[in-house]
Amino acid sequence: MLKTFSLGGVHPAENKFSAGKKIEALPIPEQVSVPIAQHIGAPSEPVVSKGDEVKVGQLIAKSSGFVSANIHSPVSGKVFKIDDILDTSGYKRKAIIIKTDGDVWDENIDRSDDLVTDITASSEEIVKKVGEAGIVGLGGATFPAHVKLSVPPGKTCDVLILNGVECEPYLTADHQLMMEKGDEIMVGTQLLMIALKVEKAIIGIENNKPDAIKHMTDLASKYQGITIQPLKVQYPQGGEKQLIDACISRQIPSGKLPIEVGAVVQNVGTTLAVYEAIQKNKPLFERVVTVTGKSVSNPSNFLARVGTPLNQLIDAAGGLPEDTGKIIGGGPMMGKALTSTEVPITKGSSGILIMPEEIAKRGKLEPCIRCSKCVSVCPMGLSPYLLSTVSDKAIWDRAEEEKIMDCIECGSCSFTCPANRPLLDYIRLGKGKVGQIMRSRNK
Amino acid sequence: MNMLTVSPSPHVHSGDSVKKNMYGVIIALLPAFAASLYYFGIGAVIVSLTAVLSCVFFEWAIQKFLLKKETSIMDGSAALTGLLLAFNMPSNLPIWIIIIGSLVAIGIGKMSFGGLGNNPFNPALVGRVFLLISFPVQMTLWPKPIVSQMHYLDAETGATPLSVMKEGLANGETVSALMDKIPSINELFFGAMGGSAGEVAAAALLVGLIFMLLKKIITWHIPVAVLGTIAVFTGILNLVSPELYAGPLFHLLTGGVMLGAIFMATDYVSSPMANKGMIIFGIGIGIITVVIRVFGAYPEGVSFAILIMNGFVPLIDKYVKPKRFGEVVKTANA
Repeated sequence: MLKTFSLGGVHPAENKFSAGKKIEALPIPEQVSVPIAQHIGAPSEPVVSKGDEVKVGQLIAKSSGFVSANIHSPVSGKVFKIDDILDTSGYKRKAIIIKTDGDVWDENIDRSDDLVTDITASSEEIVKKVGEAGIVGLGGATFPAHVKLSVPPGKTCDVLILNGVECEPYLTADHQLMMEKGDEIMVGTQLLMIALKVEKAIIGIENNKPDAIKHMTDLASKYQGITIQPLKVQYPQGGEKQLIDACISRQIPSGKLPIEVGAVVQNVGTTLAVYEAIQKNKPLFERVVTVTGKSVSNPSNFLARVGTPLNQLIDAAGGLPEDTGKIIGGGPMMGKALTSTEVPITKGSSGILIMPEEIAKRGKLEPCIRCSKCVSVCPMGLSPYLLSTVSDKAIWDRAEEEKIMDCIECGSCSFTCPANRPLLDYIRLGKGKVGQIMRSRNK
Repeated sequence: MNMLTVSPSPHVHSGDSVKKNMYGVIIALLPAFAASLYYFGIGAVIVSLTAVLSCVFFEWAIQKFLLKKETSIMDGSAALTGLLLAFNMPSNLPIWIIIIGSLVAIGIGKMSFGGLGNNPFNPALVGRVFLLISFPVQMTLWPKPIVSQMHYLDAETGATPLSVMKEGLANGETVSALMDKIPSINELFFGAMGGSAGEVAAAALLVGLIFMLLKKIITWHIPVAVLGTIAVFTGILNLVSPELYAGPLFHLLTGGVMLGAIFMATDYVSSPMANKGMIIFGIGIGIITVVIRVFGAYPEGVSFAILIMNGFVPLIDKYVKPKRFGEVVKTANA
């Protein structure tokens, strides 16, 4: 019996069209638009201005608080302007626009492919360097990594868990990273273990990736304290709470963070970025993006520089299909529908999913038949039908009582509902309102 | 470029629908329907057809003329109510009585509360109990199995195992003597007994249960809770006094217990939303059924038990919540 998390979950069709496609580096774009808000926390402050010459890897915006991140230039060239542009959020937000000239990298970056296994940095140095390199969670949440690695006083950490699960359908970037950069990920894991001062690391991988499980297990045997945990395919296993439950059977109490149960979770892509930052002095400015969809002619995994316009990736995947109805940034369960193909790739862009017209719209809305399927699939043990109704009727105290803030917005409820009810839409509305009420109460 | 749809996540759907679930239950009822055709022949056909058609007609008519809104008869729920109502009737019930039953089931049991999703009581049972109380004679004349295949209103009738047991015990006869008078356990399992059109064949109903479990239409909690409770309660009674109280197998295989536990108590709208709540619901149904059967005036108690527990569902849903993530706290920092 394969391990998995204990409550709920669904199994959407996997559709991993780009599985096995080797990571392909895209040609450098002629112009990049680098948003200053690509992470959870305060937007960064630009440290360059119009007309400045920049090199690849040069700091162009600095972290503006503890929960914030540095941003580095993905190309060499001249800063064209700093302006508000349409980005993946659907709104116009500030970005640093650079016109590319050549591909000149910062001299400190080690561009060779050799595996550097010697680790000389101390725990504090690693955490500091991770912060300096602008590393954020590459699973899509973009939480600043150095904050996660800074264990608050009073809490202890005894295990590092890596997310190699990639539970969203269609996406295959992490799968390819594990197959092609397994050794680097292992060294990255060791770096994280030193940073957190733990002796145990578990890499969770779903068993629809048997080659990754085998490859990583073979590699792990060469390193101390790292084990691979194969997991039963179930969405949303990649969610921190669910992953920790699945790997070590500990459930984070309501309202708390993983450190409460002694664990820290990082995505395998983030781990690779940590390796590159510490061992190669390379800050975060590019990432692997899966471009896929039923009608996409060349579904692929591209290595793209942050700030590259979406249409360049779509063209490299065979162009925008005729029957396109929806373009999603991320996976189909939690990704965001985009409004244009001109928006730039950011640190959090795990994938671009192009959906054909026929499946771009929702089914016909029917009344709730109280089948309780939403309750049985909720991974947090909530009652989506109830949370949705009280949010619709603005009964905020009831919503808070029923733990609406525990919702991880995975979408399993809306996915399952036979009546096509927009459960998550109302729950998100409720969460926003209840969160506001809770914050004003604490003032 | 085409217009892009921009809607909130999730952007995919399981493909499940109300229709799929309703028709799934109807398919699960087909083995029991086949059994009813075998035992009760023409009568079963007439009763089933009449009930289904009149239920669908009344839902359509009420929605079109009284409520003036779009019809929902295509979702299969009215047809399902009709089929379940038919399975709860004797196969020689006159057509006009069936039609009245359908009107009550759909009109009062379902539409008066606001249609599908709003009915607190199982509509088919509302119809059935109304008929039982209004037409007690016609609703308790049970055609004999097999011999009534080619008959409808003139079908030969006889007592059901439940009524034999009930009256016999009231007359002071012992359980073992009475068990000899009724069909064997084997025959009871396959349905060779008098009873409602759809309730007789436990084997066929169980096949339907397995189908629904595999198709994830229902979960095991309610049927297991109802049947388990009935088995345990009657088992205890039987152990205490074997000649006064019939044993679990008898009670599970006679009357409407199988049909009730598998198809009636599991009605989505009138049953609880959390697994724990479903078990409490099922236990309540089991206890009330046995109390009515053993200590009450009626030989059969399942319909009343389910309707009574339906009334408790809002209370159950309010206080019995699903198991929450993080309730059992195992921490390194606690």
